[in-house]
Amino acid sequence: MSKDININVHHVARVEGHGNIVIDVQSGELKKVELQIVESPRFFEAMLRGRRFPEAPQITSRICGICAVGHTTASLRALEDALGIEPSEQTLLLRKAVLEAEIMQSHVLHYYFLVAPDFFSVPSVIPLAASHPDVVKRALRMKKLADDIVTIIAGRHPHPISMVVDGFTHIPTEAQLRDALKQLKTMLSDDVPPTLDLFASLKFPAFERKTDYVALKHPDEYAYYDGIIHSTETGETRHRDYKNKVKEEVVLHSTAKQAKGPFRPYMVGALSRFNINSDQLMPAAKAAAQKLGLAAPNYNPYLISAAQVVESVHNIERMIYLIEELLRRGLKDETVERQTIAGWSAKLPPVKKCWGVGAVEVPRGVLFHEYRIDDDGLLSWANCVIPTGQNLANIEDDMRALVPTILDRPQEEITLLLEMLVRAYDPCISCSVHMLKVDFV
Amino acid sequence: MSKPKVGFFSFTSCEGCQLVVLSMADKLFDLLGAVEVVNFREASSYKGEDYDVAIVEGALSTVHEIEEIRAIRQQAKILIALGACAHIGGINCIRNFDNQFEIKKSVYGDKVANFDSILAQPIDAVVKVDYYSRGCPPNRDGEEFVEIVTAILQGKKPYIPNFPVCVQCKMKGNVCTFHKERPITCLGPVTRAGCSAHCPSYGNACIGCRGLVEEPNLNAHQETLSGAGLTVEESLKFYRMLNGMMEVGK
Ligand code: SF4
Ligand code: SF4
Ligand SMILES: [Fe+2]
Repeated sequence: MSKDININVHHVARVEGHGNIVIDVQSGELKKVELQIVESPRFFEAMLRGRRFPEAPQITSRICGICAVGHTTASLRALEDALGIEPSEQTLLLRKAVLEAEIMQSHVLHYYFLVAPDFFSVPSVIPLAASHPDVVKRALRMKKLADDIVTIIAGRHPHPISMVVDGFTHIPTEAQLRDALKQLKTMLSDDVPPTLDLFASLKFPAFERKTDYVALKHPDEYAYYDGIIHSTETGETRHRDYKNKVKEEVVLHSTAKQAKGPFRPYMVGALSRFNINSDQLMPAAKAAAQKLGLAAPNYNPYLISAAQVVESVHNIERMIYLIEELLRRGLKDETVERQTIAGWSAKLPPVKKCWGVGAVEVPRGVLFHEYRIDDDGLLSWANCVIPTGQNLANIEDDMRALVPTILDRPQEEITLLLEMLVRAYDPCISCSVHMLKVDFV
Repeated sequence: MSKPKVGFFSFTSCEGCQLVVLSMADKLFDLLGAVEVVNFREASSYKGEDYDVAIVEGALSTVHEIEEIRAIRQQAKILIALGACAHIGGINCIRNFDNQFEIKKSVYGDKVANFDSILAQPIDAVVKVDYYSRGCPPNRDGEEFVEIVTAILQGKKPYIPNFPVCVQCKMKGNVCTFHKERPITCLGPVTRAGCSAHCPSYGNACIGCRGLVEEPNLNAHQETLSGAGLTVEESLKFYRMLNGMMEVGK
């Protein structure tokens, strides 16, 4: 069939930030597929140059309001990797708990507010609030509990206050943690089952394309905070050698730097993590995957949203585990015995020229921060590789594979399927500018 | 009177301000009863162009954004700057103090000419702003934003304190960060209160996200900072973390 299609979606809605999709089909032949990022460039790496090293987490948190804890964590881990600092067991438990909370918060926001409206054929969550108030209230309740947990531990979401190099400047009270624990358990018993019922009833578009799945992997747990870089195609890479797997390229049609692996585009994020680490999910999350019909490996990118639902159940279970562990050990103020170097500590400890890398799983995939620190304690160089940037080339490959199979459908349907595809990846444009409208030109 | 129509707009930012507004869950439902949201890109795929109140997040950092804010100002009866990026330029202004060409080149290499980028500026550097909802992100988990919008809808002037963060910090009974066993320097003495001294209450320093009080005692503060061990250059960097624009007369 020969057909001309020009799709030009300007500012794809319900993604975090500004992006366009451009598709050009001439006489049934696909000429152009582009995912354009039109957000203003932000230059965070340049901003870091010349700043005192412990400021980095406070500055880079402001790359993105959705994964602020993720950036803070990657930043702290890069600094600690450079300085040879090993934080206390308590710090690790607290950091892991806030990271789980942020991932859950982001997933809930994405699958309930940004993805679900597609299945109810409404433009946004606002009409849903009138037609399905129970669904929207549940979503808000789940998001709020995650936000509250970040707040009691880290002070605020976004832009955590108390997370600093080698520790926390403030710790939650046991009463706050007990209260959070109670709410988490209620959520697992009352809000998770209807969430699973809803998402099990949705029909996700059928489409499969196998790609290279990349995520952190850790022997002891479903990896978020720590792990080795694992690729289903190229094997394992140490975090400090991340550049062997990840290469950033400036592509003319976007202000975000695209990252491509040396061999071919790859996917990061919830589905990649699920494909690689699903046997380490907590029990209710495993049951959730079964209920949603998700089994590893899965090659349908539309099911990233389903993987997010599964992960959010895991997040709740993990928070319960981590908080119980903190309560069992008892919390103590470590600000004096440890270094806890706040961004604007009056005096910086002496440092020697060093460099380090932090690799952390954030809602949309693996995030890298790399810093060089000089003898004077100032950052001399920085690089941040963002999950959405890593996914861009893979999304374009998916669109290239998908478009020819749906050319016989009406243009509106093609557009919707493409928008849904891009939304499934949950692209974070704030983050990657350092993306989304569909333009069929 | 019919419900005022509200549009949300986002410029150079982390979009955290919109998120804070979105997470105002129950309060948001009450507000939704009083206003009609016609443009909220993050939450909706319907883009209305018909609005009376524009709520704007983010700083201006491209020529294109300057054109857009002018168009928004023409349409909106009331313009509210939401968050530090919109109010004082925020984190985006750090780069204003470096060589712009070098910065762009360091990121985009020989493709530097293709990227539209100018010095980052707050909204009121280009158009008149009627109200400010301060903070990075908007303070007290968005409570203050809801108070401001509620006051505006009732035709009242929102109350914004004009005394330093230190006052609220003392009221909360915090140990001053300058006097800790391992001291942390703080912008609380010159920053406008209203956040209940959020950061010092979590054991860290105020980094000035609400902007300066009117007539800040910068000389005295400079002495405090150098007394604690910061060089003049370091103090400047501290101010410039979120308040880079103060040096051009804000
Ligand atoms: S003011 Fe802060 S929270 Fe708001 S958009 Fe700017 S960086 Fe993000
Ligand atoms: S203490 Fe300072 S930096 Fe923190 S919220 Fe208040 S004004 Fe902003
Ligand atoms: Fe992000």
